[in-house]
Amino acid sequence: MKAVSTVDSSAAEAASGPAASATSGSLELRNITVRYGRGRTASTAVDDVSLEVPAGSVVGLVGGSGSGKSTLGRAAVGLVPVYAGQVLVDGVDQGRKPGRRPIQLVFQDPFASLNPRLTIGGSVAEALPRSDRATRASEVARYLDLVGIDPGVSTRLPHALSGGQRQRVALARALAARPAVLVADEVTSALDVSVQGAVLNLIRDLQRELGFAMLFITHNLAVVRYLADRIAVMDRGVLVECGPAAQVLENPEHEYTRALLSGVPTIGEPLPERAAGAAATDAETEATTR
Amino acid sequence: MSNAPRLRLALRTPLGITAAVASTIIFLTAIFGPMLLGDTADRIDTDAIGQHSGTEHLFGTDALGRDIAARVVVATRLTLELTLFATLIAVVGGLVLGVLPAVLGRRAGRLITATVNLLVAFPGLLFVLFLAVIFGVGTFSAAFAIGLGAAPSTARLVQNLTASIAGTDYVAAARILGVGRFRIIVRHILPNIAEPVALFVSTTAAGILVAFSGLSFLGLGVQPPDYDWGRLLNEQLDRVMVDPMSAVGPGSAIVLTGITFGLIGEVVAKANAGRTAPQAEVTPEATSAAPAEKTASGLLNIDHLQVRFAGHTAVHDVCLTVDEGEAVGIVGESGSGKSLTALAAAGLVPHPGRVSARSLRFGDRDLNKQAPKGTSMAMVFQDPMASLNPALTVGRQLAEVAEVHHNAGRAAALTRAVSRLGAVGIINPELRVRKRPHEFSGGMRQRVMIAMGLMGEPRLIIADEPTTALDVTVQAQVLALLRDVRTESGAALLLISHDIAVVSQVCDRVVVMYAGRIVEELPVGDLADGVAHPYSAALIGAVPSMTTDRDTPLATIPGRPPQPGEEIVGCPFAPRCARATDRCRTEEPVLEQIRPGRRVACWDPITTATHELEEAR
Repeated sequence: MKAVSTVDSSAAEAASGPAASATSGSLELRNITVRYGRGRTASTAVDDVSLEVPAGSVVGLVGGSGSGKSTLGRAAVGLVPVYAGQVLVDGVDQGRKPGRRPIQLVFQDPFASLNPRLTIGGSVAEALPRSDRATRASEVARYLDLVGIDPGVSTRLPHALSGGQRQRVALARALAARPAVLVADEVTSALDVSVQGAVLNLIRDLQRELGFAMLFITHNLAVVRYLADRIAVMDRGVLVECGPAAQVLENPEHEYTRALLSGVPTIGEPLPERAAGAAATDAETEATTR
Repeated sequence: MSNAPRLRLALRTPLGITAAVASTIIFLTAIFGPMLLGDTADRIDTDAIGQHSGTEHLFGTDALGRDIAARVVVATRLTLELTLFATLIAVVGGLVLGVLPAVLGRRAGRLITATVNLLVAFPGLLFVLFLAVIFGVGTFSAAFAIGLGAAPSTARLVQNLTASIAGTDYVAAARILGVGRFRIIVRHILPNIAEPVALFVSTTAAGILVAFSGLSFLGLGVQPPDYDWGRLLNEQLDRVMVDPMSAVGPGSAIVLTGITFGLIGEVVAKANAGRTAPQAEVTPEATSAAPAEKTASGLLNIDHLQVRFAGHTAVHDVCLTVDEGEAVGIVGESGSGKSLTALAAAGLVPHPGRVSARSLRFGDRDLNKQAPKGTSMAMVFQDPMASLNPALTVGRQLAEVAEVHHNAGRAAALTRAVSRLGAVGIINPELRVRKRPHEFSGGMRQRVMIAMGLMGEPRLIIADEPTTALDVTVQAQVLALLRDVRTESGAALLLISHDIAVVSQVCDRVVVMYAGRIVEELPVGDLADGVAHPYSAALIGAVPSMTTDRDTPLATIPGRPPQPGEEIVGCPFAPRCARATDRCRTEEPVLEQIRPGRRVACWDPITTATHELEEAR
């Protein structure tokens, strides 16, 4: 079907396309297609998406649920098999090689992303290269300190920590692997409002300090506006718009981006007056496309 | 480890004590029995062949005049050894077969899974007999057969548990970090499946004991001159009619040991469950004797509501009124008691929770005495998939409301369902009523839930985080629908949300909750001009909006909310509040009216004057 031609075209582009930037820590997703299932029941979650995260920059990836934004993030780190396309870090194809990847992912739910039977220190230490006990312990302490967690808690189990603290530990674990690129998948969605700000500040500061490239996946436009240099918008598996943050938010070109922007609630601003019938038509299309 | 205290706690229950005592007795018997009674058990006494039970021989003597009671005691060691050996084989085999699919590639994994499925489907006893015949008659070959026979079911359990752990985010994280498969199994999977497997194994051990005794009884197990309980039972079989006591000895040993294994499993399960199982509160609280004041106005009237769980108060003296046709929003973080307040109003507080209130009135019904009636109150929950029955069509579920509460006929009820679905903006309601919930999207299901509320004539709609699971675009549609429904039906709305912006779009009045208390109440229009409670201000400042300055860090609230059960002295927000004084830390502020329609619980509320002062700086 279509996917076959995608493989061909991506191969051709890879051969003739511009050479990937050689600067350290850039991520390039080239013509990524992710499909689930086989034969007739197969569904395309991500359809021929190309996206670049230049070194040291933050690219926000927004979209509704089912838009394929999380699948794209998981495909980038190799958690989801890629049907077609390539994941390149610094121009090097990541392929399927096992072992530590230069791309790390921070998950949405900090209650699910830490092993409940493994101490905080043990979780972070897993990301560290093999070395003697003392070096590991000092490295663990350094990374915990970096994310604002008292290294004294490293012998405790995750259940002793709050959601925000766990998310910090998950961040420390990802950073301890010294990633060139960090994928943050809805990292603040499961957190309480008062904690969310602190975690966002932390991510922002660490990104500026350590200079890794970041693909920040979220459904929250206000959050992405705050963090991202560039914004990419996905809808039903397709990348519909991509550009500098200010441009995408102020002069959205695609209709879906405009719809997303109009849905953002603002304190003290009443709901836009829309006929209920028109609203339901949108919902109807949403239902039928599933 | 954190399991130790829980295990100790479980051991202190009567069940735990019984299990501990029984297993100690059995193991001591197994160790010392053969040493002390070995000679007695083997002594052939031709003068006392086939004696009946009595004071000299508790269970009588066998065909060679050996004391059966002594033989039962001595047989404990061999029986236990064989049972544990077979259990070990079952566990090792089960773990290997169960974990392998996660380690091997997809194809080899499927092959193993299919094999295990086939073996599980095969009748167990037949499989064991088959193996026993293959391995030949003998003590250890029988143990081997039984162990292997129990392995597939263990493998199936391990497979399922492993699959669920392998799908978790922390295993995914380990894979991204490049942690090897073997290390993932040892560090991440095995520790997290250990408890259910241990529970399963203890019950399996009981089954293996019985199965092995059965094999020996049939003559396929232990061979003479060795003997286990099954063998002893076999030898006494022909005398069971003459002297039942001779068979009771080995028989009761099997039963009691089997029960002990089961008890051990129960204790493990209890220690396992101790983490989550809440204990019901025993001490009945003296509910306030003061009768409901008749002077209170409004549609929903909550006065000094308390919701208690074992050990802590989740909702603390909440007073709230919702007038006819009014939209009130409750905002707060998780654990603030906002949902419980709404659930208490609907009489839906989950089991161990205890609700007490000086007055809890809806319309002219006292909810302290009666449940809310019929369809005058509608609920919309966060997850519509969980509140709709997946097996019934949407039309059936809607029609049921009219049939039960309004005695409508089937056809009339369905007609109303169609019209209500149309009213919530669902296209082609005549076709849609025949669909089941999974054929609707999240936003559509939430519309269906609202339509269900509209089947009656609701005077109050309680919506608990109705848009949290939805996309921004769909969220705006559902909120618009709630607003439209309200204007059309004149129903009041109680909207619970963690998002102050969502609440401000739909509601007339906002109530901010923190640590189970109302800290501020104000009209929506005042949100933008400035809130009075430092927590409300922090809550608004912590959320980035579309106008937040990108170059300054977001405002944060230091510290964390009080934990359930934590003792609170003074203002609950004081430890996190920059404005807190000594008074805040010692004396709890009361919710007081500062202006008409505005209440705040703070000793030093932010006033407009201080706002200007801060801006001037």
